[in-house]
Amino acid sequence: MRNGRAFWLFVGPFAIGLLVFVYVPIGWSLLLSFFDARNTVTPSEFVGLRNYADMLTDQPFLSSLGTFSVFAAFIVPLTFVLALALALLVNQISFMQGFFRSVFFLPTACSYVVASLVWKLSIFNGVRFGLANTVLGWFGGEPVAWTVSTSPPWYWLVLVTLRLWLQLGFYLILFIAGLQRIPQHLYEAAWIDGARPGWQTLRYITLPQLRTTSVAVVLLLLIAAYQAFDEFYNVLGTDRGYPPFARPPLIYLYYTALGSGGQDFGHGSAGAVILTLLIAGVTLLQGRVITR
Amino acid sequence: MKALRYLALSMAAVLFLIPFYLVLRNGLATEQEITARQWTFWPSEIHWENFGALFANPAVPMVRSMVNSLVVAVLQTVGQLLLCGLAGYGLARIPYRYANVVLYFVVATLMIPAAVTFVPTFVVVSTLGWVSDLRGLVIPGLFSGFTAFLFRQYFLNFPRELEEAARIDGLGHWGTYWRVVVPNSKGFFAALGVIAFVTSWNQFLWPLVIAQDQDSWTVQVALSTFLTAQSIEVTQLFLAAAISITPLVVVFVALQRLLVRGATETGIKG
Repeated sequence: MRNGRAFWLFVGPFAIGLLVFVYVPIGWSLLLSFFDARNTVTPSEFVGLRNYADMLTDQPFLSSLGTFSVFAAFIVPLTFVLALALALLVNQISFMQGFFRSVFFLPTACSYVVASLVWKLSIFNGVRFGLANTVLGWFGGEPVAWTVSTSPPWYWLVLVTLRLWLQLGFYLILFIAGLQRIPQHLYEAAWIDGARPGWQTLRYITLPQLRTTSVAVVLLLLIAAYQAFDEFYNVLGTDRGYPPFARPPLIYLYYTALGSGGQDFGHGSAGAVILTLLIAGVTLLQGRVITR
Repeated sequence: MKALRYLALSMAAVLFLIPFYLVLRNGLATEQEITARQWTFWPSEIHWENFGALFANPAVPMVRSMVNSLVVAVLQTVGQLLLCGLAGYGLARIPYRYANVVLYFVVATLMIPAAVTFVPTFVVVSTLGWVSDLRGLVIPGLFSGFTAFLFRQYFLNFPRELEEAARIDGLGHWGTYWRVVVPNSKGFFAALGVIAFVTSWNQFLWPLVIAQDQDSWTVQVALSTFLTAQSIEVTQLFLAAAISITPLVVVFVALQRLLVRGATETGIKG
């Protein structure tokens, strides 16, 4: 019994908070998702599964999942390959290794808001004086309206390079940690067996040894891309609202539940429940990788 | 081969540093210089007076929003370490009949990223009347199942001999935790603390949802508002951004080792 008191002394405050700020919201949201709740957070009229049916047939909601897929299809492999390549390079040098690691890690200090500011107003500014357009001009190209052009959808270049710059350092650190855990004697044995340093050792030793790290990195990248909000909101949003294209799930949810067109918590909650169920599987897999 | 490696790394490093340079350059240039038809890499002159103009601009709550961000980040860091540390220790070390049930409820939250449930959380927090309130900004972010779980895993590997020695000296769980376990885990606390601070300072979605009055804006919300509305001078916007990242760049340069440990710790458990 004494243990019970000690246990709750340690765990109690956290458990109460978890209950109030995680479990109650999820429960409430589940409840709201079966009700009509416009501009109110108390359920008014029971509508059964109608909110869910609305969401699953709602074109903008479905296309937000499409937007996530396109974004993930670019950002996940790009970040993975470049972070791994830079990690291999950094790991192979001795002089100034710390310096390069710090430089690539530094953007992690930057918020997505600040990065959006630089990307939108300085690098990919649509007028002639933007950095990207200046570089284009050297090669005789015409200025491109990067963030507002939909055909071709140049905004993907803006959004993908932004996130790449900001998150690469974090994954680089994970890969370097993974590389440093590979026992050196594996390489020595391979050299004795005649494997040449380079592609062969990379293919047959480094990559297989990095398997756990690689799986974790892919899952973390996917989960992060799924929650993309900050850079989309700040690069594409204006004070006149958000354009009808390039709305990832959280952007869609934000404008449904909290947008200026009226707060619709019934549909917003149904959307949140669907999105939570979709991501839960992936995070479950991530939990397996982390805890094993 | 070696030279090629350094060449590739140097080129990548320059690319990675350009955005930082642009923030400073645009913050300390004049409006005319930024919007000139010809792009100039180096400004002709550094306009320090932009600082004065930014802080004198009544439309930009620079000081207020920086203070808000600092208060939120410090409270969230301290609160998370305190609550999640205690919970992690209790779950790892105090045998109790229902400990596994509680652990199950903690682990179950790992499946759900907090950002995905921002609508439900907003519903609860607004019912509590915490919209545009420091409590609404800080408290919901304190209860990270992930952090509590990381603490539990860490404490499972804490050397038992140290705790047993404390027990012989007559300390209970509480005394053992504060006098023996915490002092011997400073590195782990510091690593998770630095990560918590950086995450809190840079978070955007939750403050955007909850800080609706200008007085409660964090620095990210303030920057975003002026960016999306383009309602202030570009130089001031960039200068404000430069000021907003200064605390974190200092943290990164000074505490790099801790951050790397924290990143590895939170990214993948080795």
